[in-house]
Amino acid sequence: MEMHSQAFLENAREALGDPEKTRRRGLLAAFTPMVRNAAMESFGKFEPLRQHLRRVRQHTLDNLDHYLDRFEQEALSNGNHVHFAMDGEEMNRIVLEICQRHSARRIAKGKSMVTEETGLSRHLQGAGLNVTETDLGEYIIQQAGEPPSHIVGPALHKSAAEVRDLFLARHDLGERELEETSQLVQEARGVLRQRFLEADVGIIGANALVAENGYSMLVTNEGNGDLCANLPPVLIVCTTLERILPRAEDATAMMRLLVRSATGQPHTCYTSFYSGPRREQDTDGPIETHFVLLDDKRTDILASDYREMLQCIRCGACLNHCPIYAAAGGHAYGAVYMGPMGSVLTPLLTSLEESHLLPNACTSCGRCAEVCPSGIPLPDLLRDLRQAEQAAKLSPPRWRTGLKLHAWLARHPRLYHGLTALGIPLLHRLGRRRGSFSKLPLAGGWTSQRDFPAPQRKTFMQAYAGVLKAEKKRRRHD
Amino acid sequence: MIEERSNPQGHTRQPTVALFVTCLADLFRPSVAFASIKLLERAGCSVIVPTQQTCCGQPAYNSGDYEATTPLAKQVIAMLEPADYVVVPSGSCAGMICHHYPRLLEGEWQQRARDLATRTYELTTFLADIAPLPRSKVKTAALPPVTYHDSCAGLRELDIREQPRRLLREVCGIEVNEMQQTDVCCGFGGTFCAKMPEISAKMASDKVHNAVATGARILTGGDLGCLLNLAGRARRLGETIEVRHVAELLSGDLAVPAIGEGN
Repeated sequence: MEMHSQAFLENAREALGDPEKTRRRGLLAAFTPMVRNAAMESFGKFEPLRQHLRRVRQHTLDNLDHYLDRFEQEALSNGNHVHFAMDGEEMNRIVLEICQRHSARRIAKGKSMVTEETGLSRHLQGAGLNVTETDLGEYIIQQAGEPPSHIVGPALHKSAAEVRDLFLARHDLGERELEETSQLVQEARGVLRQRFLEADVGIIGANALVAENGYSMLVTNEGNGDLCANLPPVLIVCTTLERILPRAEDATAMMRLLVRSATGQPHTCYTSFYSGPRREQDTDGPIETHFVLLDDKRTDILASDYREMLQCIRCGACLNHCPIYAAAGGHAYGAVYMGPMGSVLTPLLTSLEESHLLPNACTSCGRCAEVCPSGIPLPDLLRDLRQAEQAAKLSPPRWRTGLKLHAWLARHPRLYHGLTALGIPLLHRLGRRRGSFSKLPLAGGWTSQRDFPAPQRKTFMQAYAGVLKAEKKRRRHD
Repeated sequence: MIEERSNPQGHTRQPTVALFVTCLADLFRPSVAFASIKLLERAGCSVIVPTQQTCCGQPAYNSGDYEATTPLAKQVIAMLEPADYVVVPSGSCAGMICHHYPRLLEGEWQQRARDLATRTYELTTFLADIAPLPRSKVKTAALPPVTYHDSCAGLRELDIREQPRRLLREVCGIEVNEMQQTDVCCGFGGTFCAKMPEISAKMASDKVHNAVATGARILTGGDLGCLLNLAGRARRLGETIEVRHVAELLSGDLAVPAIGEGN
């Protein structure tokens, strides 16, 4: 599998060639919407809360500079350091400098898609630091040397048997029984506990930044975020500008939709707010804390027609409901973000040239927009990106010309009807006996996978003209 | 319910319904259009078929060629707006007129698009909610078990789910054998099915297997795009389930071979 977005089709083909993994993706695609829907049904407030959050986030984005200022002031007065990074490289540099200032060697890292985006772990490891991903899914794929296949469940593509083989190969723990999933979890827990205790610096992400008090919010199911945040002497929170919300109650309101949308739980096991370093009266907690806030094209997106994408809260519901994601798998996208949200974000964060295939990985079925807790019109944004692709002449010329010609013909009814009146009856005669074609010139995309149903007879317009003529004649006779 | 209209002379008249045939029915399945006319007349409408019609513009629009779609959309609006109602035997083409024309156009044309959208209906919605088909007038020959494919545009843009099922119950006297995952796309997606054929085929296979698993002999639905895709894939997989448009079932028009079948 090639890790670039223009290889999407080849990657998807490869993924579909593995029947067992394809079957497992199908089971997940049936299961995850079920738990999400059950959670939303018993919650009963999806639509009003999503409307409310849309308004709140719209307002926040409209006044982003104000809320960022406020957050910075509050976070500084809580004793934090606050850094702004224009791009991923700058974020990586800032984090490495902090680590080096503390002569850190071991890093315990929580799950963070932003650091996936910037390649932070690779950068730190390149400088000789030892980075351990402590989210179980992230830990598994770190051991396997693979990228995440899902933004919430990064190792969902791995079976328990694969994880067992991986642990047996990577953990030097001698002969042991690893048949049950619970034994795998127990083993990872034991290994990771040691890494938390040894860590010099903890790095985590954030689900929200609260402007009114300068706190960050994080939801996890494993509690690894809290251990990264509280055990090492130095904590670094890495996130992006658009995570900001005005009030703590906005963050908790968002959490109610985020968690149900992501995993179907009413709450995650741990919901934490991080305020800053240990105070005099505290017995534990980090001694020094940093926020590193990344822009990396966010302000460009804010100024563009795609600004609604900044409302994304990274719940993964659009992935779970996308039949194309289910068929192709997350790795096929060759990008950090996948599925519908990834197909919008990737071209915006990288370039259209590098990823213009992704917005085409969509049937406009609308299931993603229906479940999106932020109400982002994903199919519309994907279509708009296809428009940008079209305008930049990146789509195949054959398609571009063909569709233009079709639209032009459709505007000239006499010509259109004349041509179809010639072609359709011919196609009908050729395919009449069998009813469909297994091969047809110019329709290879269709007939490679399906038969092409033959036209029923002549066109409706031809037949209807006959009906009208007969009626006229009858009326004349009457 | 439709209201009787008064013409300028004060005589009441039947409401005129312009049938937007859709390009796929025009080219591949005229029986869908003839069945639609029959059903609309049975529901008491005076049907006109504008002969200048071709295609609503979805292929170019969904591929992002807004520039080529815009003049076509205006042409369709100007052609259809004299009618009291517009009826379309397709959820995706009706969705194009109702939702995407107003999104695509600006100014006066956007207003005209919005006005047309208020009077444009997908066929089963029109027959279920606006101009109810008289019940039990038609006795269709006993139908074999039927399963229904909800097209995505119909389901999510126009809220079509109960309408065709209600009509099949009331007009044909049958309950639909529901398949698993009725809300999942069949993989057609217009040009998507030719741009990404393997992914599309996987989605179509899942849909065909779900349909066959219900024990249904007929797979029906309201959108020819999906049905051509599903019939083509079913034939490739060697499945013998018949694929037919719901208008043909409702009008009792079962003499014609199913989609993709020979005669």
